[in-house]
Amino acid sequence: MEWISNPWPWYVSGPLIALVMFVLLFVGKQFGMSSNLRTACSIGGAGKAAEFFNFDWKKERWNLIVVLGAIIGGFVSANYLSSNTVDINPEVESKLESYGITSSGEAYLPTEIFGSNSLNDPKILAILIIGGFLVGFGARYAGGCTSGHAISGLSNLQLPSLIAVIGFFIGGLVMINFIYPLIF
Amino acid sequence: MKTLVYLVIGTFFGIVMYKSEAASWFRIYEMFEFGSFHMYGIIGSALAIGVIGVQIIKRNNIKALGGEAMELKPKAMSIPRYLIGGILFGLGWALAGACPGPMYVLAGAGFSSILVVIGGALLGTFVYGLMRSKLPH
Repeated sequence: MEWISNPWPWYVSGPLIALVMFVLLFVGKQFGMSSNLRTACSIGGAGKAAEFFNFDWKKERWNLIVVLGAIIGGFVSANYLSSNTVDINPEVESKLESYGITSSGEAYLPTEIFGSNSLNDPKILAILIIGGFLVGFGARYAGGCTSGHAISGLSNLQLPSLIAVIGFFIGGLVMINFIYPLIF
Repeated sequence: MKTLVYLVIGTFFGIVMYKSEAASWFRIYEMFEFGSFHMYGIIGSALAIGVIGVQIIKRNNIKALGGEAMELKPKAMSIPRYLIGGILFGLGWALAGACPGPMYVLAGAGFSSILVVIGGALLGTFVYGLMRSKLPH
């Protein structure tokens, strides 16, 4: 049964992500995950506070169904299709150990950050909230996230998407190289 | 019927994200450390096929189901919007170790702490909406 729980290599996963994009294009939609956050704000009544959220969110219902599917996909994978452990490069692993994160190879997400007790730690709570905040704010400011820019936009050879993806990597490298040593 | 199609696409996407480990914090960290080809291979191979496929669609003027044009409109050009927004997104991506698609997948996988990240992302989206007119675009 190991073949079921083994992770998929990049050359299987990448083409399947392209397939998702093409199927959505074929049904007249565009692959993009972060716009659902704006839709959710609108449904929650954010249109009363800012014009940005006054739009016909019902036209975006299809994408919320995709999100519902993604949730189901996560449930099915974690419960039936995965050993829920991730092996990474041993050098990266030992660097993480120096930060006190020792759960690589034993978990899917670091238990030091995502474990059930970690929410009691104000520092971890701040990391999760601020991380999420930056993702939400940055994705809307840049007009898209990894799916909208790095996959959809770059596939369509859009210069704005290239600038956004360069920005993603500048931000990520600054976080890992300069901010991680300060917080971990 | 259409709802079922979107549900199937989403479920398939969720399984791909989880099984490829693109939804794993460890893989995102490893990517930014340039510790493995894995994430670059995923994004690179998706893109290689994406670029070729979109070119085929455009050159042959292939329409979406029902005869509508496909959603391939060019994006308005700007530097500050994409660069600053992109950098802020990248900081968050590396800090939380998850981008929006995988966040939903991880919620389904049962990681309750990811709900805090999703809550932060909703708040960030809301604050962007409030500040939008004051930001350079």
